Amino acid sequence: MALLEIRDLSVEFATAGGTFRAVDGVDVSVDQGELLAIVGESGSGKSVSMLAMMGLLPWTATITAEVMRFDGHDLLGMSARQRRRIIGRDMAMIFQEPMSSLNPCFTAGFQIKEALRLHTDLDRRARHARAVELFEMVGIPDPEARLRAFPHQLSGGMSQRVMIAMALACDPKLLIADEPTTALDVTIQAQILELLTTLQQEQGMALILITHDMGVVAETAERVQVQYAGQKVEEQPAIPLFSTPRHPYTAALLAALPERATERRLPTIPGIVPGQFDRPPGCLFAPRCRFADDRCRSTPPKPASPELGLARCHYPLTHAAEAEA
Amino acid sequence: MLKFLLSRLLTFLPTFFGVTLISFAFIRALPGDPIIVMAGERGITEERHAELVRQFGFDRPIWEQYLDYLWGVMQGDLGQSFVTKKPVWDEFFALFPATLELSVCAMAFAVLLGLPAGVIAAVNRGKFFDRALMSTALVGYSMPIFWWALLLIIVVSGWLQWTPVSGRISLMFFFPQPTGFMLIDSLISGEKGAFASAVQHLILPTVVLGTIPLAVIARQTRSAMLEVLSEDYIRTARAKGLGPFGINGVHALRNALIPVVTVIGLSVGTLLAGAILTETIFSWPGIGKWMVDSIFRRDYPAVQGGLLLIAVIVMIVNLTVDVVYGFINPRIRKG
Ligand SMILES: Nc1ncnc2c1ncn2[C@@H]1O[C@H](COP(=O)(O)OP(=O)(O)OP(=O)(O)O)[C@@H](O)[C@H]1O
Ligand code: SF4
Ligand SMILES: [Mg+2]
Repeated sequence: MALLEIRDLSVEFATAGGTFRAVDGVDVSVDQGELLAIVGESGSGKSVSMLAMMGLLPWTATITAEVMRFDGHDLLGMSARQRRRIIGRDMAMIFQEPMSSLNPCFTAGFQIKEALRLHTDLDRRARHARAVELFEMVGIPDPEARLRAFPHQLSGGMSQRVMIAMALACDPKLLIADEPTTALDVTIQAQILELLTTLQQEQGMALILITHDMGVVAETAERVQVQYAGQKVEEQPAIPLFSTPRHPYTAALLAALPERATERRLPTIPGIVPGQFDRPPGCLFAPRCRFADDRCRSTPPKPASPELGLARCHYPLTHAAEAEA
Repeated sequence: MLKFLLSRLLTFLPTFFGVTLISFAFIRALPGDPIIVMAGERGITEERHAELVRQFGFDRPIWEQYLDYLWGVMQGDLGQSFVTKKPVWDEFFALFPATLELSVCAMAFAVLLGLPAGVIAAVNRGKFFDRALMSTALVGYSMPIFWWALLLIIVVSGWLQWTPVSGRISLMFFFPQPTGFMLIDSLISGEKGAFASAVQHLILPTVVLGTIPLAVIARQTRSAMLEVLSEDYIRTARAKGLGPFGINGVHALRNALIPVVTVIGLSVGTLLAGAILTETIFSWPGIGKWMVDSIFRRDYPAVQGGLLLIAVIVMIVNLTVDVVYGFINPRIRKG
């Protein structure tokens, strides 16, 4: 049985301009100890779907799902209080902006020990020892001093390490890393990714890595799920995904990788992800798709077979040659 | 820290001298002759009047009188009250505990109710409690103190007969007052019912004086909380599995306190200004009432000295707030 299973998750926000469907029928499934990457451009609902699962969305969000199950618990029927016992202990999350994700008024030590106080029955001394151990584990030099430091005294990379240590405090079964490296310098990015994948293997925990960088996916992921405008448009193991992407959007993302660029300029996909007011009636990718025809523009496509990467497309790509195009 | 204190003290100097000048000029700008006021109903002869004018030095040039006063202030001498002939310094500090007691109670009332109210309003933003609280705060903020005090006296003292109308304690009690704080002295005295009487006398003045700061603190807490609640670190706190108290009462409030402390510090000035009116209404024998009486008597040294000491106290409070601010905001604690 999968550690995490979500089927047909939708999230709608009540906004001033009416409801906005930020996540639209997404399935996610992760096994024990597995690494899943979720890729997609900004605004594709990656964060919102994970926040929905953690119960961290504001009250303006309405969450519906057929199944939302984690480690034998039904997340849907659960009260907020019951969910709080799981969150931060078995299921933890780290965020894109490490600097603003730590509370500026409390020391790093207070913030990590708080998680331990909440979910374990370690005493003061044991919590301190555990905090030091965690800081060492995530490669923070001089842990004793860093525990006493306030967030503004830490660099971005160091803050993200603190966030990771906090998330790992209670040995979670699942860690969700929401673009953990986007806000960091390139060299630090590689270090943090390396740290996360190492920890995932050593601790045997499952890791969901959210990113919009296909390069990161190529280096780390086992399985990849591509999201676009709130929908899952494709899902494949990493290697076939790179060699034979099935959805034109995936192919376009891959073509936009800097290594594959033939020109000097960094290639991008023309156009933007549709927002609240410009959602097309048919395929959501149609306005940007080079294969789009009238059928695409009028009828929303259904996911294709698993062999075709569950591609949500009327005309999934079948040739590697086409994908390269 | 020491450097910080010194630099702050330096910025106090201009204010300090400004206050001496303004208070000196203000009381003299009021029409009325202190000597005639002192003489009262009996009146005074021409010769005696001229003699007293010379004795008080009113015949000398005004700037000389000011420099004289300033010279005294520098030596810690605020002069003697025209009326009681006692040093202004002694008069002030004999009455100050009454004002301090009232102000501290009013501030405690404002903070203890204002902080939780602001937090609860922010957490329930847009819901009934929030709206009700914020409209009440607006009313409280704009209500004239005088009117509010009379309303409370009519309802609570008059109709309900719950509290006395004036003074600090019932005339039935008489005991030594080593600290000057009635709550403490009445406890020490061991007299039965004295403490309860002191509390009863405090309630209305506390509510009246604390109402505006309460409204200000509640509103400021609410807006600071709303800002803080949308911060990323609040999401982190929730992702840890913290409950509402840990999120709102610890993580959010701790950050929201930073602007609120500033506002609390600023309300101290408002509070002392409000004390003048409140003490007069409730015949509360404190600095405020004394200042008003002194102004009516044209008691120059008392008014000058009183205003100066009040200004110094406000400056000390502001300095304390700055130091406290440094403690609750780790980002500026360094250096
Ligand atoms: N609280 C909210 N209220 C209304 N709309 C929201 C809210 N949070 C997110 N959205 C919208 O939901 C959509 C999906 O947002 P989400 O943050 O999940 O994107 P993402 O894929 O994580 O993008 P990014 O790469 O920028 O993090 C966006 O269009 C966003 O504007
Ligand atoms: S359905 Fe049509 S428009 Fe949409 S991705 Fe497939 S080919 Fe492109
Ligand atoms: Mg995101």
